[in-house]
Amino acid sequence: MPEQKRGQAILPSVTTEAPVVRTILIAVALVFLALCLILPVVVVFNEAFRKGLAAYLSTFADPDALAAIRLTLIVAAVAVPLNMVFGIAASWAIAKFEFIGKSLLITLIDLPFSISPVVSGLIYVLLFGAQGIVGPWLKAHGIEIIFALPGIVLATIFVTFPFVARELIPLMQEQGSTDEEAAMTLGASGWRAFMTVTLPNIRWGLLYGVLLCNARAMGEFGAVSVVSGHIRGVTDTMPLHVEILYNEYNFAAAFAMASLLTLLALVTLAAKTALEIRYGDALAHTARF
Amino acid sequence: MRLKQTSALPGFGLSVGYTLLYLSLIVLLPLAALVAEAARLGPGGIWLVAADPRVSAALRISFGLALAAAMTDCIFGLLVAWVLTRYDFFGRRFVDAAVDLPFALPTAVAGISLATLYAPNGWIGALLAHIGIKVAFTPAGIFVALVFVALPFTVRTVQPLIGEIDRGVEEASATLGASRFQTMRHIVLPMLTPALLTGFALAFARSVSEYGSVIFIAGNLPYVSEIAPVLIVIKLEEFNYPGATAVAVIMLAIAFMVLLAINLVQAWSRRRFANA
Amino acid sequence: MQIRIADVAKDFGRTGALRGVSLDIRDGELIALLGPSGSGKTTLLRVIAGLEIPKTGKIYFDGEDATGMSVQRRRIGFVFQNYALFKHMSVADNIAYGLTVLPRAERPPRSVIRQCVQELLDLVQLSGFGGRYPRQLSGGQQQRVALARALAVKPRVLLLDEPFGALDARVRKDLRRWLRELHGRTGHTTVFVTHDQEEALELANRVAILNEGRLEQVGTPDEVYDNPASAFVMSFVGETSSIPVESDGSGLMHEGRRIEATFSGSCTGPARLFARPKDLEIGAAAEGRLPGRVVNLHRTATGRRARILVGSGPALVESEVDVAAALAVGDAVGVIVRRGRVFPA
Repeated sequence: MPEQKRGQAILPSVTTEAPVVRTILIAVALVFLALCLILPVVVVFNEAFRKGLAAYLSTFADPDALAAIRLTLIVAAVAVPLNMVFGIAASWAIAKFEFIGKSLLITLIDLPFSISPVVSGLIYVLLFGAQGIVGPWLKAHGIEIIFALPGIVLATIFVTFPFVARELIPLMQEQGSTDEEAAMTLGASGWRAFMTVTLPNIRWGLLYGVLLCNARAMGEFGAVSVVSGHIRGVTDTMPLHVEILYNEYNFAAAFAMASLLTLLALVTLAAKTALEIRYGDALAHTARF
Repeated sequence: MRLKQTSALPGFGLSVGYTLLYLSLIVLLPLAALVAEAARLGPGGIWLVAADPRVSAALRISFGLALAAAMTDCIFGLLVAWVLTRYDFFGRRFVDAAVDLPFALPTAVAGISLATLYAPNGWIGALLAHIGIKVAFTPAGIFVALVFVALPFTVRTVQPLIGEIDRGVEEASATLGASRFQTMRHIVLPMLTPALLTGFALAFARSVSEYGSVIFIAGNLPYVSEIAPVLIVIKLEEFNYPGATAVAVIMLAIAFMVLLAINLVQAWSRRRFANA
Repeated sequence: MQIRIADVAKDFGRTGALRGVSLDIRDGELIALLGPSGSGKTTLLRVIAGLEIPKTGKIYFDGEDATGMSVQRRRIGFVFQNYALFKHMSVADNIAYGLTVLPRAERPPRSVIRQCVQELLDLVQLSGFGGRYPRQLSGGQQQRVALARALAVKPRVLLLDEPFGALDARVRKDLRRWLRELHGRTGHTTVFVTHDQEEALELANRVAILNEGRLEQVGTPDEVYDNPASAFVMSFVGETSSIPVESDGSGLMHEGRRIEATFSGSCTGPARLFARPKDLEIGAAAEGRLPGRVVNLHRTATGRRARILVGSGPALVESEVDVAAALAVGDAVGVIVRRGRVFPA
């Protein structure tokens, strides 16, 4: 094994650049990444604690802030499990069977990734909004979707449902059906085969997808912004509350709230990396977005 | 008529049925609302909105800056992907994980943090102010935010391909007398071109639709630093559903055409450079 | 060009270690590096090419110290086992590559390059294939393109790494013959690596046999076949059987009994007697002959073979027998060693 000293190439010398070139390239890449990626995160925490720990903590004493956190958690608690079930169902259908319209199905699942979050919210407003298609009917029956919790949940589901499916589909395709078939030849029913064979096989991919789904569900801004109405204390999720605080020039509080979301992002990244390192071959081997 | 190959595995009806139900409720129905509204406007109505100078300015800004950001991300993304795959250095794993930050970080958080960073009294903003460059509240700010947001797309698309390059081909090039630079230029880069194009397409698509990370740093001045998604939100707040729909449809149409073009270029490049 | 390899050692290459190998390669010869996998033969080839740097030792090209020379400057032609053709370039562009990357001052004009490519395509019998792409060619054709590409830069030496390893048997045979003719015509110094001894014996002027990073023997095919320098060479090249014996300077003893055998090599103490199937003869059990019992009789493409359990076992020898011989499994026989070789155990 060629040595792996600092700055050294992992490969033999003919197929890599001269040490000087390597060092320059590494330096440029690191500076770019530091400016581009690391600094923003540092700024969040720097601004959050600028006025000291007491001010930081007081942000969360505010009832509106607490309501925002509560709302975010509720939305995630509803959206993520629903999307998880969907992801499992969709990947089972796509990986184990051949049928007409399969590629259309896959395209539909990819759809939320190709449209702007604002447009994702727009379509729900067009459907359920005051002047939307079913808007008047909803109003007549006193059902509130837009500018209320259900709308936020729907928009969040729309934006995040691909995550679990996109992780599980290639994974289950890679794994094939032989395990389940073997279980069935041994007498297991479909459900049993699924619970005892399929689920254990996909558990790390499932966790991975759920992690990403959750991170996006809690952090979604554009789509939720359009459907929520920004009613403080009622339809504000954490990201929306950050916006409100920032626009009121209440920077310390805004960043304090943002710091929580950043922590969530960092924890998600760490967990994701840990999964990739530890269970890399139990995850799908394709680009994951 | 056989809808599917018969398979011994059960659960076809249940899984496909549930999937279709879910998709219909969550995706197809709302999309139908969009299509209905767009149909109601008709091509004429949409064109009218497109012709509005504020709208066309916003579209120009959105697409132009997205293109610039995607290209920048391609260049730096290739560099970062190369450095992460081929070299080893202290903290490489950490940096590798950090590349996914823009993907994991909520857009609003990225937005306020970039706005603070590049504001005239921010860390980088102050430095740039010394040399007379203003970033926050200008299109440059939008550009910076888009570069941040789209970076993982280029890096992660190219990275696996760099890892898969057959070292023997690079060695062959060296035995034939090519310098390292020539090998990179004639052999390695062509092999990576299809992936670079894919990364460009993904980065571009993401940049065009970005909202949260941009609105704080942009300033949102009409005709100057207002992007198309912001215009959609404004029209919605005015309950101008038709207007908002029109802008959305135009955005989707242009994005679709650009991505189609990129797809064609990609297919060509895969034939030309990849040839499995 | 003649190459001198002086005491080259390498710890871990991508393939195997080398332990102090010294070898002189003569100008214009076709020499094979033969050995089992892990013997270091590919590592040695890559060291000559400059694709690996030896830990100790030196390489001389025509007397000039080339140990530190970059791979680009060595002017070698390297043909890889899996061809390593540039898939995104046409056949013609692949072959022209070495010429197109020359510094401007040395680069020939495009018309000259085109002509050179055409001549090489004719040489490797692929005229007219210039516009095709590697994926449109068969394995054998790709390998010939790889060879043409290596020849385009007028290399001082041709280095081939198991060039026919990825091809099926028929194509391999054809290409072997073709390579020998090509070498006869061009006269390039050629070094090729193979684990197939038949290939080495058929093609090479000389064969260098490596085992576990050490050079066991170098000589003409006849020399390594008839006068192997070690037990390894004897058993690696051609077929052999061997039995444990005791040598006391005047003769050989097997399980306490003196045996009569015509053999070369001398040593004292515990040893092994090696013999090829055609050099063993089966007869009736008698004094001085190796006692044994037939455990297997089978036909081969060229005749018939008997496998005999010698003495109290477990040593087995294989001997060629007359097709008409009246032998059956279980017969007690005596084995006569017409020609054998003894090496210390």
